[in-house]
Amino acid sequence: MKPPSEAVAAKPQGERDFRLIGTPFRRVDARAKVTGQTRYADDLSFPRMVHMRLVRSTVPHARIRQIDFSRAEKVPGFLGKLTGEALPETFGILPVSQDEHALCPDVVRFVGDPVAAVVAVTEDQAIEAALAVEVEYEPLTTVASIEEALSTPEPRIHDYGVEGNLHKVVSMEFGDVEPGFEEAEVILEDTFLYEGNTHLPMEQHSSVAVPEDEGRLTLYSSTQTPHYCHRALAKVLGLPASRIRVVGTPNGGGFGGKSDPFNHEIVAARMALDLGRPVKVTLTREEVFYCHRGRHPVLMALRTGFTKDGAITAQHLKTALDGGAYGSYGVASTYYTGALQTVTYDLPRYRFDGVRCFTNKPPCGPKRGHGTPQPRFGFEIQLDKAAHQLGIDPADIRLKHLAAPHTITANWLKVETIGLRQCIEKVVEGSGWRERYGKLPRGRGLGLACGSYLCGAGLPIYWNHMPQSGVMLKLDRSGGVAVFCGESEIGQGSDSVLAAIVAEVLGVDLLDIRLCVADTDLTPVDLGSYSSRVTLMMGNAALQAAQRARDLIASAVSKKLEIPASRLVFAENRVFDAADPEQGVTFQEASIIAEALHGTLATTGSYIPPRSPGRYRGAGVGPSPTYSYSASVVEVEVDPDTGLYEVHHVWMAHDIGRSINPALVMGQVEGGVYMGLGEVLMEEQAFRRLPKRLSDSLVHKMPSLLEYKSPTFHDMPPVTTYLVEDPDALGPFGAKEVGQGPLLPIMPAVANAIFDAVGVRVDQTPIHPHMILEALAAQANEEEGRYGPTAFPEVDFGETLLVPTPEQGGDGRAINSWKEQLRSGMRSSTGTMTTRDEALSNKKGALTT
Amino acid sequence: MQADTTTQTLDINGERRTVCFPSHHTLLEVLREECGLTGTKHGCELGECGACTVLVDGEAVLSCLVLTAEVGERPIETVEGLQDGNALHPLQTTFADLGAAQCGYCTPGILMAAKSLLAHNAAPSRPEIREALSGNLCRCTGYHKIVEAVEGASVLLRGEAWEPEAETIYGHDVDS
Amino acid sequence: MIRLPPFAYRRPTDLADAAAMLAGEGPETRLVAGGTDLWPNLKRRHQQASTVISLMGIQGLAGVEETEDGGLRIGATTPLSTVADHPVVRWRYPGLSRAIDSISSPPLRNMGTIGGNLCVDTRCTYYNQSEEWRRSINYCMKAAGEICWVAPSSPRCWAHSASDSAPMLAALEAEVELVSTRGSRRIPLPQMYQDDGIEYLAKQPDEILTTIYLPATSDAAHCRSSFWKLRRRGSIDFAVMSTATTLWLDGHGRVERAAIYLGAVASFPKPADKAVERLIGEIPTPELLDQVSELARRKATPMDNTDFQAQWRKAVAGKYIRAALREALGMDPELLAPKHQAGGTPTS
Repeated sequence: MKPPSEAVAAKPQGERDFRLIGTPFRRVDARAKVTGQTRYADDLSFPRMVHMRLVRSTVPHARIRQIDFSRAEKVPGFLGKLTGEALPETFGILPVSQDEHALCPDVVRFVGDPVAAVVAVTEDQAIEAALAVEVEYEPLTTVASIEEALSTPEPRIHDYGVEGNLHKVVSMEFGDVEPGFEEAEVILEDTFLYEGNTHLPMEQHSSVAVPEDEGRLTLYSSTQTPHYCHRALAKVLGLPASRIRVVGTPNGGGFGGKSDPFNHEIVAARMALDLGRPVKVTLTREEVFYCHRGRHPVLMALRTGFTKDGAITAQHLKTALDGGAYGSYGVASTYYTGALQTVTYDLPRYRFDGVRCFTNKPPCGPKRGHGTPQPRFGFEIQLDKAAHQLGIDPADIRLKHLAAPHTITANWLKVETIGLRQCIEKVVEGSGWRERYGKLPRGRGLGLACGSYLCGAGLPIYWNHMPQSGVMLKLDRSGGVAVFCGESEIGQGSDSVLAAIVAEVLGVDLLDIRLCVADTDLTPVDLGSYSSRVTLMMGNAALQAAQRARDLIASAVSKKLEIPASRLVFAENRVFDAADPEQGVTFQEASIIAEALHGTLATTGSYIPPRSPGRYRGAGVGPSPTYSYSASVVEVEVDPDTGLYEVHHVWMAHDIGRSINPALVMGQVEGGVYMGLGEVLMEEQAFRRLPKRLSDSLVHKMPSLLEYKSPTFHDMPPVTTYLVEDPDALGPFGAKEVGQGPLLPIMPAVANAIFDAVGVRVDQTPIHPHMILEALAAQANEEEGRYGPTAFPEVDFGETLLVPTPEQGGDGRAINSWKEQLRSGMRSSTGTMTTRDEALSNKKGALTT
Repeated sequence: MQADTTTQTLDINGERRTVCFPSHHTLLEVLREECGLTGTKHGCELGECGACTVLVDGEAVLSCLVLTAEVGERPIETVEGLQDGNALHPLQTTFADLGAAQCGYCTPGILMAAKSLLAHNAAPSRPEIREALSGNLCRCTGYHKIVEAVEGASVLLRGEAWEPEAETIYGHDVDS
Repeated sequence: MIRLPPFAYRRPTDLADAAAMLAGEGPETRLVAGGTDLWPNLKRRHQQASTVISLMGIQGLAGVEETEDGGLRIGATTPLSTVADHPVVRWRYPGLSRAIDSISSPPLRNMGTIGGNLCVDTRCTYYNQSEEWRRSINYCMKAAGEICWVAPSSPRCWAHSASDSAPMLAALEAEVELVSTRGSRRIPLPQMYQDDGIEYLAKQPDEILTTIYLPATSDAAHCRSSFWKLRRRGSIDFAVMSTATTLWLDGHGRVERAAIYLGAVASFPKPADKAVERLIGEIPTPELLDQVSELARRKATPMDNTDFQAQWRKAVAGKYIRAALREALGMDPELLAPKHQAGGTPTS
């Protein structure tokens, strides 16, 4: 591969539609990353910088009786301390769940909940001081699981939510499912359990707060969402947002784990202001497990009706989420466990009931795939079961009933291009599925599954009419282009996408582009790196800004050279006449001409997604400008004597729309496959409850990189990747997302492959060898060859929203009477779940944060 | 207990420098804090992830578990010493070209472990590359690009030409 | 970062000085060689040290050399990778190379020493945790607490042996030399251990492990060794179950002598004596190996203090023992080989 400059220059004009887009070019941050120059948050250092540690709760649920700093204050180098009463204002990522305190003022809700902070000159001293802080607790009953949350209404972990320890219930029905089930020739009912797991970014969260001037502050932080961090800081510190600057440092991995505002960020900022010195806090690996916000453990009941040819007549999904101790993104996560069931296959009638519980564990939130891998796991396994029962090939049951492109689903999601057919065909062909599925010797098996994901959440997290992404360009006589955008590079390559789009439009070299990103003072707002939104949203904003700059320059050059602007080509650092390429100027000369004509050159671009057709409460979660699709075939070998199994090969096809940079797309696909394999093979955020008669403790079983099992070089099978390119009109140059989608099919594909290998079902993740062995033993005993949960708890999901489907002639609204709506509206708080109009009319909701 | 300090001359990337540090500080801490060489990363500080891998005497070690006082005058190599002037080391070139560094946080440790491998084995097989790097966790890449980048660097280091395979950067069935 | 607490650091260059220092210092004195066990333990503060004595500066304590009787003498501070890669070890004691190659990860094996691995602290998921984590369970019997949370009504600690080299060296009939100011003694390796999660070493606190002696193996065709390790991942992980076996055969293929040791399923490398008895004098057949494996499996007492479900580990222990025995005898092990082992060294 050529370095970027050669890659651009060497490409003959006219050979491709694009000069850079679609070409594997070196990431713009590659050199810094391979030379050790990239400065992550913990690499920063400032004059007079001191170090902070948080003191975290050692009990799962208790009232704080007393905090004694007397020993800590004697530690040499001790400089300062802080407790909860200093920061009484609450925060949280969602307006509807502002339930976190920077430091717990009265109640601690999980082992790891921050109680106090200490600052000392060195980190060694801060560690000693933190260990010397003594906290006295008055224990409260521990709530450890979904079952306990449902059966233990008191004590409440929070005094908001539905009731008891139920944080959120959701119930909605699209079309009438009962007639659908009556039509069905086969009805499958299954329960699934998806265990929680965590992001495990290699970089531990880190922040440095630097006080400036009179009460102004800069926070450098490893955050995926500088903008939301900015808002939380302003709220809790009680400072105008204009006096706070948040700079997102390059993240050493995020995967969703750095997309909430965090305690340590706020406390470091407060301490920096108090002490008048830069304060650094870098979490230990164990603390990263406590920050968590990872995959919710979800128990699911899935009931689906099929006709004999495998068409789905109706589906009813129930999910119960173990949310941990705080809201985080949990209300959205709850909706997400139901939202995307409809976008892959034709699903005419659909009912979804969901409940999220509070438990005394680190809060769950968004991890790669946010809320959707769990129901996707159940759905794709159930499809495999249905195919098996109906005697249809699992590939065909999917191919025959794909959702139609450019339509509106039963739950009012507008889908655009759907490349799923090509994806399935690719992996079926590549894996030799037709020849090999069901025919491999015992112990060997193939499994197939699919998935789909958002290209950016349709709605922002808080209600507003402003752009979700903004890009600003500054050009001048140097010939360089400065690009300003609030996006944050978390390893996914967003900087490279930004630079490439601008370089493509202006025909300049990547090296002539200077990026300034993730800086709330200097860059236009971009909401952050979550929901796979960056390529599409930032990309469209960048495209607009670049096209405007191109127009400005073109008009000036046109005037000067007397060539119609429409004939001007921007390529190879030149602006020239398409009809006579010799006639033209260098890009620098063009910039000079334009600066002379127009004055200082700057343009902006912004992006707001199209409005989604859903109008019911909850319609805010699920819409996206477009959706990506993926399909996978996995081959496994299972040892029936031990249950040990190994994935031998993964075939993965992903509908990318169009690759901006195929090398980076390939990296995202392989990374997604890797993370999916981790989730199904070994990873779990597991907890230990000590014997109740001896202790009420509830601890993370293994908050370490040794015992939380993340696959190594030896555990990663070969992956054959296919990129399906079908440009989508809504993406920049047709591009869709790739960061999250490819993870989704992996877990069910492995489960399905195990069934093909040894004929038993494991309806649970991670699939431990003992589960396979127990299922095989059950089968040998002439019982059902299955391991997994057997029951879904009784839950009152409240009033069901009845939403007629587009097919039924609905208008996107629920048809429940207004009184019922009001009642359910009072029960479940407003926020992301109401439509934009409703929320904007509700000033309180709009101004919560 | 009050910390003792040690003053010692270290040989880092061929440059000798005398540093004073708390005697209980590991090489990781001294490199990052006393020497300002923050290219070496940390992910666990317990020897469980490989992020802090550096070379001592040419051997890959985990700097989080090396007491600086134990190193003596043995040569230390970190990611900052990989380049030759402004020219990237072949490992850096292939990692950059293939996108073997995504978030880049595990990259310095992996580069150093790979450098040690290539010093001992000029033409490692892919299983040998995987084994040599098996102490380094990466959460972004799924490892394949890294294995291919190390293989590519071994080719470049042997003075041969190297181009990534089309499937590596475009996927399979590129043209369809 | 989590960091080491301060301590006084000593680096003697002479073994006698080291022994004198160790005898002279208080009970919170720790020896360190590679540091791959001690430093994490001190960082998490489940071990304490006021003074740390490094053995790495002692001349003559590292190195592998052949002895006059055809055996091997391995210095305690020899790095694990040096031992595993030594041509004589790879050739004559391949089971040992495989056991060492399965320890943690390559950089760690460049640092960790063979002596350190033999003395490695027992492990338990209630123990190998930070100070704060252990506060939240009110500590455990092995460090500052009173209860063994693995078996709360038990009077003892159930932390498990974590060494991969120990069961293999025991099965190879290795001996170790221990040195103190009182002199030196040479004992069979198994005598260095005892069945207690806390006091797992029978060596005296003032004794320094200096040397490991491997006896001469008879002609490789007649001495067969093998090592199988169960763990979750292909690297980094400790064993949750391992089995090391050596069989000495006479000219007719009859078992003259045998050793089977189980790792990670007890607080010490556990010998499977009844299984060994069953083998002696027999020409091993697949059926006999099945019986022997079952006898050995009964010795395994995995507890819920590491990865994988304990009952399952007990259930599959026999398969690992069987695989090791079968492989040692040149039969198909009939078990999915661990990934790290796939490209590993074949046994003799």
